[in-house]
Amino acid sequence: MKKNRKIVLGALVVLLAIASIAGWYLHRHTIPVLQPAGPIAEKERNIIIFCALLSTVVVVPVFTLLIYFAWKYREGNNAPYSPDLGGNAAAETVWWLIPIAIISVISVVTWRSTYALDPFKPISSPNPTIHVEVVALDWKWLFIYPNQDVASVNEVAVPVNTPVDFELTSDTVMTSFWAPQLGGQMYAMPGMQTQLNLEASKPGNFHGLAANISGSGFAGMDFTVKSMPKSSYNAWIVSAKHTDKQLNDGSYALLARPSSYVLPSYYSSVEPNLYDTIMLKYMTPIEGTSTATTTGVRS
Amino acid sequence: MTQFAFALLGRLSWSQFPQDAITRGGAAGIVLGLLFVLAVITYLRKWKWLWKEWFTTQDPKRIGVMYIIVALVMLLRGGSDAVLMRTQQAVSVGNNYGILNSNHFQQIASAHGTIMIFFVAMGLMFGIINLVLPLQIGARDVAFPFLNATSFWLFFAGMALVNSSLVIGDFSAAGWLSYPPLSELQYSPTVGVDYWIWSLQIAGVGSLLSGINFLVTVLRMRAPGMSLMKMPMFAWSVLGSMSLVAFAFPILTVTLALLALDRTIGTHFFTAGGGGNAMMYVNLIWAWGHPEVYILVLPAFGVYSEIVATYARKKLFGYTSMVWAIWIIVLLSFTVWLHHFFTMGAGSNVNAFFGIMTAVIAIPTGVKIFNWLFTMHRGRISFKSPMLWFMGFVVTFTIGGVAGVLMSVPIIDYQVHNSLFLVAHFHMMIVGGVLFGYFAALTYWFPKIFGFRLHEKLGTYAFWFWISGFLTAFIPLYILGFMGATRRLDHYSASLGWQPLFIVAGFGVVLIGIGVGFQVLQLVVSIWQRNERRDLSGDPWNGRTLEWSVPSPAPFYNFTKQPVVTDRDQFWVDKQSGKKRRTEYEDIVLPKNSGLSVAIAACAFMVGFGMIWHMYWLALLMLFGIITTLVVRSMNEEPEYVLTAREVEKLDHARIRKLKEYEAYQ
Amino acid sequence: MSTATEANGIEIRREREATEKTVFGFWVYLMTDCVLFASLFAVYAVIHGNTFGGPSGKDIFKLPYVLMETFALLTSSFTCGLAMLAAQRKAKRQVLFWLGVTFSLGLTFLCLELNEFHHLTSEGNSWRRSGFLSSYFTLVGTHGLHITFGLLWMAIMMIYIWKRGLTDTVRKRLTLLSLFWHFLDVIWIFIFTIVYLYGSIGL
Repeated sequence: MKKNRKIVLGALVVLLAIASIAGWYLHRHTIPVLQPAGPIAEKERNIIIFCALLSTVVVVPVFTLLIYFAWKYREGNNAPYSPDLGGNAAAETVWWLIPIAIISVISVVTWRSTYALDPFKPISSPNPTIHVEVVALDWKWLFIYPNQDVASVNEVAVPVNTPVDFELTSDTVMTSFWAPQLGGQMYAMPGMQTQLNLEASKPGNFHGLAANISGSGFAGMDFTVKSMPKSSYNAWIVSAKHTDKQLNDGSYALLARPSSYVLPSYYSSVEPNLYDTIMLKYMTPIEGTSTATTTGVRS
Repeated sequence: MTQFAFALLGRLSWSQFPQDAITRGGAAGIVLGLLFVLAVITYLRKWKWLWKEWFTTQDPKRIGVMYIIVALVMLLRGGSDAVLMRTQQAVSVGNNYGILNSNHFQQIASAHGTIMIFFVAMGLMFGIINLVLPLQIGARDVAFPFLNATSFWLFFAGMALVNSSLVIGDFSAAGWLSYPPLSELQYSPTVGVDYWIWSLQIAGVGSLLSGINFLVTVLRMRAPGMSLMKMPMFAWSVLGSMSLVAFAFPILTVTLALLALDRTIGTHFFTAGGGGNAMMYVNLIWAWGHPEVYILVLPAFGVYSEIVATYARKKLFGYTSMVWAIWIIVLLSFTVWLHHFFTMGAGSNVNAFFGIMTAVIAIPTGVKIFNWLFTMHRGRISFKSPMLWFMGFVVTFTIGGVAGVLMSVPIIDYQVHNSLFLVAHFHMMIVGGVLFGYFAALTYWFPKIFGFRLHEKLGTYAFWFWISGFLTAFIPLYILGFMGATRRLDHYSASLGWQPLFIVAGFGVVLIGIGVGFQVLQLVVSIWQRNERRDLSGDPWNGRTLEWSVPSPAPFYNFTKQPVVTDRDQFWVDKQSGKKRRTEYEDIVLPKNSGLSVAIAACAFMVGFGMIWHMYWLALLMLFGIITTLVVRSMNEEPEYVLTAREVEKLDHARIRKLKEYEAYQ
Repeated sequence: MSTATEANGIEIRREREATEKTVFGFWVYLMTDCVLFASLFAVYAVIHGNTFGGPSGKDIFKLPYVLMETFALLTSSFTCGLAMLAAQRKAKRQVLFWLGVTFSLGLTFLCLELNEFHHLTSEGNSWRRSGFLSSYFTLVGTHGLHITFGLLWMAIMMIYIWKRGLTDTVRKRLTLLSLFWHFLDVIWIFIFTIVYLYGSIGL
């Protein structure tokens, strides 16, 4: 008995030590999903916490019963023994009903939140929405601001407290656009358009990455979402307008060549309808553009 | 002339052999390992014995052992892949790009997943079903013994093809499910994806045939008196799982074939452009993929039902409930597949529906856990290692299950999809659920198949290193997921603060490795000490079901006379009532050995190899070979032989004499 | 010791159980084949509109021709039934005759289909042209591949019947073959409706 008590105590001490180290470590680093910087991510986090707490209603009894039963009914302990106890209608009803109850609550949460936080749904705000067209490339992100006629690579500037409507496509394979501190992700696919509505509620530089394997350079697809006051954002647009690079068919073809870990760069003007052209070429054959069929080798 | 010869070789060339140190090391490992095994067999002059007793056998117990050997070897291969991945991710930070280049890392990651699911998990599952199912339902064999052997050899051919990719060519770098357009020719021009397609296609056909086989076995070959509701729970779980195989595997066959068509003859099913639809692939592959995980876990659940009841020395709690739970899971597993891609943009209606269905499937699973716990209640529990594996399962499966319920909410999934949170979830389900279950099964049924017990203490050490290592390796991944770490990254920046967690996870893998070491040691020591560990009674655990009523090791004919069943847990009932069954002998009809299954699989391997390397003449020729072999098989008018009652009696007496010799060792 | 008739009775019962088990197993296999075709139909349903600038079903399907194919195949199912009736009567010559007719009709179907494929391919409308054509060729082609294997099986069965007569094993296998052949007929009806009929009216 004493030896077992020592083992249990020892285990608890170890677990406590691990928990403290973990806690200290995590305190020093950002955990984007749990430390959101935008209303969408914040609501997502709240749902995570709610559902996790709800799950303890099942987890705690399961672990408790496991340890308690293993202890009490171990061979050698003089506990009551009923070898033919094969069922109990009342008991079984209880543990059919409890999971059903919890899952019902989660289903309601699912139903409501899926509609409320639909990535395609515009975010209501007194500030006008910024539109950004996103093209996933090998292995970088192109951001086109159609209304401001500028573009950038691997960096997207947004004003604080302003809804941003990202329209996503890909000129390569299927990948996923994810800025965890601002909200969930959305796939970007060739010939398809998806949408992601996000908003930053505080200024800062937020990490973004590609969340679906798209080839050997995919680990180098990090991008930054720079959230800043409206004046700084305007300044950012102006400075982009003053670069000497323009995004036209030629420079786009150069950009689309495979490259990874690309540093941010900017374009002062964008070929009209470039985004649409990129998407459409996968949907019908277009003169003069590659129809991305089974020819060609990518290095 | 040389032009023609080169054309015959398709895409093969010297440059397709590995070119850098690590890949050469991998190739050398496989080749040298194979040569070593061949040399040992030759030295011990065991080829004839191997061919006669093992390769051409139709005895499902032997087929089961072969499945398990292949699966365990593949576990070591997949495990090495995991070690490489963990090492890369622990060191490849900032200016350090690790030990593997990105393409190689992606190949290893893809190989790891493919091998673990298709060759380890499926292999262990079919192996254990082969070993146990006929014995448990009081049958002598499965419904179609030749088909059974063919299924194993097709599985072997698929495994051989995957491992060939280490020696010549490369493997897919598109993940274990090869999503297009990445897996299309334009973005994956090498043979890697083709290796993936054809090894799975061949192994998949084997699986489908096994599904049909075991389904008919359970429905048609139970001992007289064993109604469905008197079957052991393991048999029910096999019935459920095999129903899923029958419905799900044809979808995989089609999907792989369509991708192969895209890559060989230029169709546009999933291409970017040309009228292809990559999202359709994602739907198809997961319409198979989700039932697949239930295919794997249901028999493991069945194993746990047997183990908890046996080691708690108590009737399984809630038998009827458990049966209902199995069938609800079977049905629902076809209604949830979209939860694997909530983030593909299907819209709220679709996402909400599938999210709710996914949450609902947690209900029958939760019910099962409670039923197992309450089997322990008022039992008299002995904590042999199978019981420890069960308890480890409850811990990991519950944590992983909670993560799963969280991810069933689309809004939550938007944040954790494809992140390490997801990776931690599915590893906890598959390792905690499937792998632990099959480890427990191996220990539990080992004496029945081999006639001696495994070393218990070493097994216990193995378990404790496994569970502590496993939790150490995967709990950090949940945190990493929340820190914004996606899966399959071969490098990341230092400022993200991820590295210490990867290092902790790496340490967990070391612990698991020690656990595996103990398992290997356990096997070696047990074989060494087998005489002291003989199972003389045939019932080492005080079991409940029919397989414990036959001697250990189980004779190749299983039962001298097929038992007549009147109760659930018939063997336990007999023991309690003190009823001793008289040994009776009758004529037994058994299938003859056949080497044709090996021939079919060898041809299948060649078909795959030919298709991969564009040696179409070879593929066509070998397809013709398969057809010819089948015709030859059909011409066999006498595939069975009769073992007369007299001969059975002689064999049985010989066995009893041997037992007396073993008693001397005790 | 059991009497001779008892032993014979057990023998017959075992044979019947074995046959039933095999037929049941074959049914299960046919159901998996059904799922296979269902997946191909699902693929067709999803991408049959992806003509990528090329022709749609309306442009390339010729219903009178397809009617000929259908007539051939459906009739062959009928003659296969006649062959099975003859097998029950153990009438070897009749079985061979009707199987021969079935084979010829099946072969006719296959040739008509291959001709249609060749025609489409030579005018530039091969499976490479678009997603629609890929799924058309694959769905119809898979059915044709099954027909081919059925014909091969049928030819081998005819040789067996000729050489070994209508033994129990042969009749059991004939049952399986006929199940297979009728199943392919049912699949063709779905193809005819969903691919050709719907396609011709622009659905």
